[in-house]
Amino acid sequence: MRLLLRRAVDAVVLLWLVLSLTFLLVRVAPGDPAAVLLPPSASPADAARLRAELGLDASVAVQYARWARALVSGDLGTSFVARRPVTAVLGDAIPVSLWLGGISLALTFVAGVLVGAVQAARRGQRADIVLTVATTAVYAAPSYWLALALIAVFTYGATYWGLPQGMRLPAFGIHSPGAELHGWRALADVTRHGVLPVLTLAAVGAAGIARYARTMFADILDAPFVRTARAKGAGRIAVFTHHVLRNAMPPLVVLFALALPGTLAGSVFVETVFAWPGMGRAMVTAIAARDYPVVLGATVLYAALVIGANLAGDVMLPLLDPRRRP
Amino acid sequence: MTSRWLARLGMVLLALLVLGALLVPWLAPTDPRVINDVLALRLLPPFAVDHSGHLHLLGTDKFGRDVFTRMMLAARISLFVGLVGSVLAAALGVVIGSVSGWLGGTADRLLSALGDTLLAVPRLILLLVCAALWQPGVTMVVSVLVLTGWMGVARLMRAETLGVRARPFVEAARSLGAPPSRILWRHVLPNAIGPAIVATTLGVGSAILLESGLSFLGLGVQPPQPSWGNMLADGRDAIVTAPWIALAPGLALIATVLACTLLGDALRDHLAGE
Repeated sequence: MRLLLRRAVDAVVLLWLVLSLTFLLVRVAPGDPAAVLLPPSASPADAARLRAELGLDASVAVQYARWARALVSGDLGTSFVARRPVTAVLGDAIPVSLWLGGISLALTFVAGVLVGAVQAARRGQRADIVLTVATTAVYAAPSYWLALALIAVFTYGATYWGLPQGMRLPAFGIHSPGAELHGWRALADVTRHGVLPVLTLAAVGAAGIARYARTMFADILDAPFVRTARAKGAGRIAVFTHHVLRNAMPPLVVLFALALPGTLAGSVFVETVFAWPGMGRAMVTAIAARDYPVVLGATVLYAALVIGANLAGDVMLPLLDPRRRP
Repeated sequence: MTSRWLARLGMVLLALLVLGALLVPWLAPTDPRVINDVLALRLLPPFAVDHSGHLHLLGTDKFGRDVFTRMMLAARISLFVGLVGSVLAAALGVVIGSVSGWLGGTADRLLSALGDTLLAVPRLILLLVCAALWQPGVTMVVSVLVLTGWMGVARLMRAETLGVRARPFVEAARSLGAPPSRILWRHVLPNAIGPAIVATTLGVGSAILLESGLSFLGLGVQPPQPSWGNMLADGRDAIVTAPWIALAPGLALIATVLACTLLGDALRDHLAGE
């Protein structure tokens, strides 16, 4: 319990360190937000007025103090570009990314662990070699290239080859533009828009997990306790669930915990190619426009998630693996 | 047996890429950065021969530049950035992770906190902000890759070291009077480094992918200097009319990352066999 408390205190300190580091990095970067926001015809007086309005005329220390005070009360400031509260800007983007990332992450782990286990069980055989080359090639492919290839086949190609309507998938956005859909039809529309991005993310992720899982399962299958279990006559399924999977869980759980925050920010490229209005795209747009409050707000959220996930992984590891208990 | 075959495949792929990247000035039909007679040369399909008799193996882009030549010039940057960035990052991670797992206590907490701080900042944001702070370029990309890339290996190393530390042969070595540095180097490191090697091979790939990703977003290597990322970005608009522009650099990227990964796998199997 005391250990847990210490970890929690550590986590809060860590969050504060990350936020200060990011604040400094973002504010020290050259480039004037006022220059980006104003038209070229604006006078220096206009620029000075805008800077005062945005609070950029104060020193970095004063800006930091203001920002930290607001943050403690849950206020992330106002977006320079959208002129809306940052919490509202992020609130729009988060569900979009969660939807995309959550489904792909689930698919990633199910497919990746399954493929890795099959490979380890058939080590050196043809199935293993084919799957090794396939997973390595998919892992090597950049997600935006896979996305472009999928668009070429399922959007342009499907129309060109005259495939049935169900095989033609939209390449941009989350809704069909201009269509007023409700209930099941709206859900079906969103699902159709989600197929290609989810497929891209899950393919790249699963390939990486499969490579890791193959190595891990192979090591476990070679372990003496697996031979012992087989020798005493345990069935294949019992060996897998009681001995192999039990030993595979701790590293997999830690890997899963580390992958969780990526569901919110890991899909920058896929969101860019498919024009999904999620967190990844919000961050890239905000950095390009020097929209400091949105950059910082997104970082607050992301850092809190990463730190929470690490904490969860650290707490779970000793529970799952007695050998790792201090 | 199979791993040897796959390793050979990786070696051949890498050798071809390095050879192509080195020899490209002699292989090139025309200067890949100069824009010539755009109207006559633009968007030629693969294997086309232009009016002055030059063969364009992978066709030309919308400015009439030879895609194959530009692809090979881009290979120079990608290979350099990927190898140097990830190997330096992994070396840093192995040292920090094993020391942290071995020592435990305050040193472990401080080093872990440092790693967690960096892991908690989105790597892409760090890259973008640094690109804004300094001139975007190869040196900037490599330094940021090292500074933001060691934490994964360090975590793996720390976890493995914790596991190995409790095993009997470490206790045996200690009771024989071996100093900690010798135990770490001779007993802990060889038994704990496997996952770190796999992670590093994946790291070479992801470093190359990250560089090209930044260039794809227009924030890494800047045109007219060719990079697989900015070539892909060029090809994105022409994906229907001239798919080879995006296809070629994508396949080069896949071949490179595939080769690095296959070689890393073979290395891992070799180390495990000893």
